Amino acid sequence: MTHQPSNLISRRQWLSYVGAASGTIAITSLFPNATQAETLATPYATLPALPYAYDALAPFIDEKTMKIHHDLHHGAYVKNLNAALDKFPKYKEKPIEDLFPILNKIPEEIRRTVRNNGGGHYNHTLFWESMGPKAGGEPVGELATAIVKDFGSIDDFKKQFVEAGMQRFGSGWVWLAITRKGNLAISSTPNQDNPLMASDIPILGNDLWEHAYYLTYQNRRAEYLAQWWNVVNWNAVNDRYKKAIA
Amino acid sequence: MAFEQSPLPFAPDALESAGMKAETFEYHYGKHHKAYVDNLNKLVEGKAEFEGKSLEDVIVMTAGNADQTGIFNNAAQVWNHSFFWNSLKAGGGGVPTGDLLQKIETAFGSYDAFKTEFAAAAATQFGSGWAWLVEDAGTLKITKTANADNPLTKGQKPLLTLDVWEHAYYIDFRNARPGYIANYLDKLVNWDFVAANLAA
Ligand SMILES: [Fe+2]
Ligand SMILES: [Fe+2]
Repeated sequence: MTHQPSNLISRRQWLSYVGAASGTIAITSLFPNATQAETLATPYATLPALPYAYDALAPFIDEKTMKIHHDLHHGAYVKNLNAALDKFPKYKEKPIEDLFPILNKIPEEIRRTVRNNGGGHYNHTLFWESMGPKAGGEPVGELATAIVKDFGSIDDFKKQFVEAGMQRFGSGWVWLAITRKGNLAISSTPNQDNPLMASDIPILGNDLWEHAYYLTYQNRRAEYLAQWWNVVNWNAVNDRYKKAIA
Repeated sequence: MAFEQSPLPFAPDALESAGMKAETFEYHYGKHHKAYVDNLNKLVEGKAEFEGKSLEDVIVMTAGNADQTGIFNNAAQVWNHSFFWNSLKAGGGGVPTGDLLQKIETAFGSYDAFKTEFAAAAATQFGSGWAWLVEDAGTLKITKTANADNPLTKGQKPLLTLDVWEHAYYIDFRNARPGYIANYLDKLVNWDFVAANLAA
């Protein structure tokens, strides 16, 4: 059994977990399959298959970018994460989401590696699942309603999301996340950090590392951010939102 | 007086046989570096405290100041890239000679040890940033910095740098940062520039 990031975490479970991390509430298992005893020989994480063909997002994200990004960048995060946790196998019993809030308890020898590569594994998994062929358009369902409530309109949300993406200097991510108060908020994190490290639940994230867009857009991050809406799978994002608030 | 982009000290295609295409410099010098210069000029325009200041002054004045992150990032990136262009040379790289080699052996034990340590610093700067050879209180050291940060803000004298933002190597090396680093050390390091910086 290996640990795939589950994006099906609910807010209620998450809050109970965060409470548990600070010792106030008993830990409930979010991932029954993932908490079974592991053998040392089992890799902690595996690279999930891309849920569509490498060329499925073209012309907005080109095939070569997808191949390098998924196989090599994401693949390296998985490999580095596994190597780190092999040194301290007791952490292999926890799913990756449970490691982010307790990074400061993880041995210093592997803490940065787990943060960077565990973040890289989780973030990219969520990223692939948030896109798809014949996607784009506008947010749907409960998520659309919540976006309008919290940002005024879909257009205002998109504008703020793009602005946050432009303001991130260097490598990082821009997010739509559910905060602890239960509302939606846009945020940005450096490198492979993510909202779970601040106890928010990410619903949608766009990769702002240059590797995500350089082959097609080079220095033109603004153009990448504008075109990226064409590949967002709003049904999948809405499903994630509904499960998180359930 | 607006800040100006320093010239590229070689033709854009001068390093093609050493692993870096003209296309890399068309974007890296022509777009990225230029944008930092343009952004910096926009950000300091009409601000009296930056009037008549050198680029180095602006960097040191704004470093660590949360209100001036934009100015710092752009000013430091203007400086870092100019310094980087000069750190590159067709037919460069490999083992330096004379006094410089001796200084490197004194500081790191051997040239190979220097090379290993520099490559490790450049490879382990997670995300965007820079690897440096600096002189710090009379000693040669290898450092790495994130994003725009540089040794000027730490009272160190920069001697040599390598840009490890992905834009620096994605056209030529894709994700293979270690290959980009090895290529730089073996074929591109401008040791004359290092010696001149040490002597300055
Ligand atoms: Fe990425
Ligand atoms: Fe650069």
